[in-house]
Amino acid sequence: MYTGMDTTNFSITYMITIDAYTISLAILTAVASGVVGSFALMRGMALAGDSLSHVALPGIGIALIYSFNPVLGAVTALVIGSFLIWKIERISTLKIDAVIGVLFAVSLAIGALLITEEHELIEALFGGFQEISAIEFIIGSVIAISVVAFILKRRRDLTLSLISRELAHTTGIDTGKLNLYFLLAFSFTVILGLKFLGVLLMGALIIIPAATARSIAQNLNHMLIISSSVAVISVLSGIVAAQVLSVPLGPVIIIIAGILFILSLFAKALKMVQ
Amino acid sequence: MPRQKTKILEVKGLQIILGREEIVKNVSFSVEAGEYLSIIGPSGSGKTTLIRALIGTLPYIGEISWSPDIVIGYVPQKLDIERNVPLSLEDFLESKNKGGSKKETQKYLRLVNLPKELLKNPLGSLSGGEFQRALVALALLGNTNVLLFDEPTAGVDQPNEEQIYETLHRLQDEKEITIITITHDIDIAQRYSDKVLSLSRHKTLFGKPKDVLKPENLADVYGHGHHEFFHHIHDNN
Repeated sequence: MYTGMDTTNFSITYMITIDAYTISLAILTAVASGVVGSFALMRGMALAGDSLSHVALPGIGIALIYSFNPVLGAVTALVIGSFLIWKIERISTLKIDAVIGVLFAVSLAIGALLITEEHELIEALFGGFQEISAIEFIIGSVIAISVVAFILKRRRDLTLSLISRELAHTTGIDTGKLNLYFLLAFSFTVILGLKFLGVLLMGALIIIPAATARSIAQNLNHMLIISSSVAVISVLSGIVAAQVLSVPLGPVIIIIAGILFILSLFAKALKMVQ
Repeated sequence: MPRQKTKILEVKGLQIILGREEIVKNVSFSVEAGEYLSIIGPSGSGKTTLIRALIGTLPYIGEISWSPDIVIGYVPQKLDIERNVPLSLEDFLESKNKGGSKKETQKYLRLVNLPKELLKNPLGSLSGGEFQRALVALALLGNTNVLLFDEPTAGVDQPNEEQIYETLHRLQDEKEITIITITHDIDIAQRYSDKVLSLSRHKTLFGKPKDVLKPENLADVYGHGHHEFFHHIHDNN
């Protein structure tokens, strides 16, 4: 994505290579963010979900130290993080947001210690790795399509288990496994967006469009469609704005998503007045 | 010749310990197909804990044997979501209607006297009574033959409460559904139940309403403050 970076004086030039791979993967990532975020928000994971993405940081740090692909480090850290959160939630009485909150703070601290180069830390936090290769595009597309397919296929089970886990249990749903699969879907969505947004902002791309949809959606289909659309619009207009204005991509995407969220609040207020 | 009723649930010597506290102590009872069992008892007597053990979400000591052909429909006391989530009544009901048609959803809606026009409405726009009936419909979906309710009328006003219990009673008659419900209303327990299970920290009673709901038994279970229950019983007698 970012092809030039002057690290001597920390001034960063943001030249974005817009190619078919980048655009396509950005759209797929946004759609995955929209559908995962819808259920994350309804499960009350707004803050916790945002924080979960930060768990990738220690993995990126270790990858940089041992010179292997940072995305691979992020994948490892997030998968381990998902299992940890799942396990701790099952054996302790803590709520999931408390568990993720603790894990997030510790992860961020470890990550900041491991990543000693300031420009590398900025890249990890706000995005800005190399442009997307054909292999990365294929792997990313498979992950994004799998995440969306999982959510759409299990939408009824996910809905029932968010209405009541015990009720879902009586219908034969293994709510423990379903919860783990959902956390993994969330983590893989975070990984998809690391190149665009980094660990600090990717969680926001999952949560803000869903929060925007929640303000105006009347049913689950509306929620999924609006959330995905807001994420796609934010990412695509963010790419254009970042190139035209020569500003960092990640923050622009999140600012646009934030503006759409505020607009949705106005729309909701207008509707209530009518 | 009266039809032989089959036992669908047998509970023997049930003990449930949460943390270090023994919440349910040596409870035994049984339920036959098509029966209406009310579970009563003061707060903290282990009613919800018992129901959770019955549906298999809590570990226990003792025996809980369900008949193999039962399909449980469970309605918890509290849902895990807020009512203002962007789910329509249709989303809500279809979450349990796996592979079922829209007609199937509408059939259950009719059973609880809710108009199909409400299907597109968001959950948050339903009244308390409508929502409780939607919960009953959700519990019934999927060929349910045993309904377990943890206080089906919590937070519902008096007329709606009557309606919910009327609906449950009708379902029991028409569809021969077995109903196991926790209630705080002794009057309701007396009016509709075939059997009553009364739980308290020191004593468990199980039997027909006229035996379990005797004033001296209620005084024993509820202690002070039981007078209002007596009025119900005496008024009805």
